[in-house]
Amino acid sequence: MEVSIKINGVDQSHDVEPRMLLVQYIREAAGLTGTNIGCDTSSCGACTVHLNGESVKSCTVLAAQVSGMEVDTIEGLANDDGTLHPVQQAFHECHALQCGYCTPGMVMASVSMIEENPSMTEDEVREGLEGNLCRCTGYHNIVKAVLQASEVTL
Amino acid sequence: MIPANFDYIQADSAEAAIEAIAEHGDEAKLVAGGHSLIPLMKFRLATPAYLVDINRLDDLKYVRDAGDHLAVGALTRHCDVEKNDLVISNAGVLAQATHNVGDPQVRHRGTIGGAVAHGDPASDIPSALLALKATVVVRGPEGEREIKIEDFFTGFLETDLNDDEMLTEVRVPKLPNAKWSFQKFNRRAQDWAIVGASIVCDENHAGVGLVNMHSVPFRSEAVESALLSGASAEEAGDLAAEGTEAPSDLNASKDYREHLARVLVRRGLQEAGV
Repeated sequence: MEVSIKINGVDQSHDVEPRMLLVQYIREAAGLTGTNIGCDTSSCGACTVHLNGESVKSCTVLAAQVSGMEVDTIEGLANDDGTLHPVQQAFHECHALQCGYCTPGMVMASVSMIEENPSMTEDEVREGLEGNLCRCTGYHNIVKAVLQASEVTL
Repeated sequence: MIPANFDYIQADSAEAAIEAIAEHGDEAKLVAGGHSLIPLMKFRLATPAYLVDINRLDDLKYVRDAGDHLAVGALTRHCDVEKNDLVISNAGVLAQATHNVGDPQVRHRGTIGGAVAHGDPASDIPSALLALKATVVVRGPEGEREIKIEDFFTGFLETDLNDDEMLTEVRVPKLPNAKWSFQKFNRRAQDWAIVGASIVCDENHAGVGLVNMHSVPFRSEAVESALLSGASAEEAGDLAAEGTEAPSDLNASKDYREHLARVLVRRGLQEAGV
């Protein structure tokens, strides 16, 4: 079936099977491999992208379900001139990554969370990131980065 | 993991969805947020030949004040239920239980109708609806029927829904002055409850719903009737395992779950100030 999704502002249209997951569409059909597959069971959050502006786990959404909608991935966050998004900049400055595998999902989840509540406490940040696992256990600096980024106007 | 192949049908109205499931019978499944069904399909524990997508039925996304109850459309997402002022002020335990489902990404997709229709005894939301004594409205080719939530769950992942029926609305009695509490015991932040408890007490109303204590979401009539006859939190809590048939699994034995149910119900009653 033909599935059309606007990814990072670019219209995509691909003939795919109905069972294709959104994360496969993003990685394999659209060729955007910044979004990672981690647990593949909607636990780890590595595949988090924005669907119409809200964070979702793209391993648990069918591409067919979101035909005609807008998806944003980690590749679409920075400006065209390479200037990082404030959340990316904060992750950079706070060293909020070790191996980096969870980072695209962490950043996308954080951006969505800050948009919903720009004035979070540390506890709220920790609870808000409960759906994103970092196997390096680098949570401390991730939380610091989110708090720093939420002070910057998004 | 890739689901087995299926034909995808996007419904543009509730009538079209009901027509599709009526035509394909037990070969068809409705999908809403998909956060229970799609994982089952990826594990190939569910292999529907037809998947009928009802996500775009925006007329089933609402929370309305309907006089003595709140009417919640089946497609209302968890993130919209947990933050809804009507829900928070009239059915606080439902807002709190919904907030405890999964994580923010899951709550952006999951729906109240899906959580109820899935019939999972480990799900938080049915326990809150049992404690509130909610009803559900289901629609089929012959029209609508309203079912008490306690009669809706008929077995493990089984409900009173017929193959050609779709859950369209949840009706939640308004209890703005009720004392309530939601308790959940788990080992990691986003895990399912090992045991959970929803408690709602008001004048002439005692509602206690338990998570993961039976093959179905369980209403504790023993605790409810003790409360109505004036039992203390300790006395009522001691009865929380009565009538349950808790499973044993890697997380907890049956005995441990029974212990947790007693502790959580007592704590919940104390927190609620009963």
